[in-house]
Amino acid sequence: MKFTEEHEWLRVEGDEVVVGITAHAAEQLGDVVFIELPEEGTMVSKDDEVVVIESVKAASDILAPLDGEITEVNEALVEEPGKVNEDPEGDAWFFKMKIEDMSALDDLMDEADYKKYIG
Amino acid sequence: MEYASCSITSTRLNVKGCRVSDLKRTPLYDLHVALGAKMVPFAGYEMPVQYSLGVMKEHLQCRAAAGLFDVSHMGQVILRSDDPEVAKAALERLIPQDVLGLGEGRQRYGFFTNDAGGIEDDLMFANSGDHLFVVVNAACKDADVARMRAALEPEVTVKLLENRALLALQGPKAEAVLVEHHPSVAEMRFMDVATVPIAGAECWVSRSGYTGEDGYEISVPVAAATDLAKALLAHDDVEAIGLGARDSLRLEAGLCLYGHDIEATTSPVEGGLTWGIQKVRRAGGDRAGGFPGADRILREMAEGVSRKRVGLLPEGRAPMREGTALFASAEADTPIGAVTSGGFGPTVGAPVAMGYVDAGHAEIGAALFGEVRGKRLPVSVAKLPFVAAGFKR
Repeated sequence: MKFTEEHEWLRVEGDEVVVGITAHAAEQLGDVVFIELPEEGTMVSKDDEVVVIESVKAASDILAPLDGEITEVNEALVEEPGKVNEDPEGDAWFFKMKIEDMSALDDLMDEADYKKYIG
Repeated sequence: MEYASCSITSTRLNVKGCRVSDLKRTPLYDLHVALGAKMVPFAGYEMPVQYSLGVMKEHLQCRAAAGLFDVSHMGQVILRSDDPEVAKAALERLIPQDVLGLGEGRQRYGFFTNDAGGIEDDLMFANSGDHLFVVVNAACKDADVARMRAALEPEVTVKLLENRALLALQGPKAEAVLVEHHPSVAEMRFMDVATVPIAGAECWVSRSGYTGEDGYEISVPVAAATDLAKALLAHDDVEAIGLGARDSLRLEAGLCLYGHDIEATTSPVEGGLTWGIQKVRRAGGDRAGGFPGADRILREMAEGVSRKRVGLLPEGRAPMREGTALFASAEADTPIGAVTSGGFGPTVGAPVAMGYVDAGHAEIGAALFGEVRGKRLPVSVAKLPFVAAGFKR
């Protein structure tokens, strides 16, 4: 898994990456109560706001980690936003995307780096 | 009453904590930390926003069983005069409530008004026999004390207590829990106050709270506060509850948060708080008026207001938070109101909010739109409270 400074994780599956938020982020956000997902097929640039996530505390956005196309979204989260707190790094992925430049993944943090980052 | 979170509100997924410095601590600070609380700045204090259960479970715990809140940041004030009637009459000069008619051992909700008829703070006051016991919001307590001193001294002494903590035990199991410490609390009705020896300390107990649930507020000497909190938390039905759940509980109960739902420019009539102005202080009453802003407030009670506080139920799942503009249609250019408190209601299981709307759109069921992230989302005016009160009348 790769990690961004915005507390997202990325897991490579074939020619796609699966994107979610880290357990640390989910814990800090608190109970998630609302999620708005992007349309499948949307072309996004790095740092575009692609997901709205609201917890009992406040609203946040999840940013596109890299340039690419949203290929699939996890609709189950819309009905059950609380899954993000239950299994943030597993079932509660947000979207899958085709990355234009897979080598860009190399610039992201690995797990050890991320652990250091969140200190 | 008040709440402000150390919220994660950046446009990014910002999970950095808030820096805490130069803040006061309540006598229960060490206990909060030991219980794993997330501490945040609130009204000049380091306060627990949530414990390890998290906001949602803490909220549901309080509705299903019982929750313990540290509200020691609030101001506890004693008003005393040689003749107790003098202090009561004096307080009536600052608030539109019936103080003289409040029986001994009873408490009442009130609010300080200003000359423009706005609300300076809301409060609880109790007739404790030879004195009045007043509880005010933390963020306003210095101003409230100054206001009372300026208006009431020297005939009345105004003493802000620094030697007592304040706990709130709330929820349907609160009585069963507190009865184990003293049987007399079972006999108390909603808004009764009594001095009760609990855990070896002289506690001032009221059957009240700000969650919509039955429960008690307990003023306890600082030296005994942590032991009392631990003793209450030792009960299987009690969990510690932070400010996060306190906010969602009071919102579902339709209760105002000072500085948000009511403030210096909102009148009690606009705020839907005329139930808190007893007949004797209203037009035609024996002691009508005689409080700051009485002209406006009594006029509004007779003639109506142009905007009103209402409950709001968003139709979708997206919470409508404070500041969300409200419109009469999906196309209208000019807002007809705004949300003053909003979020997810764990007991309702959906987003809930309240806010002010033009009087023409204030009827229950009125279909409105709230603008969230540039989109007009349907929301309807709803009856308050969202969750029926569990008070023991």
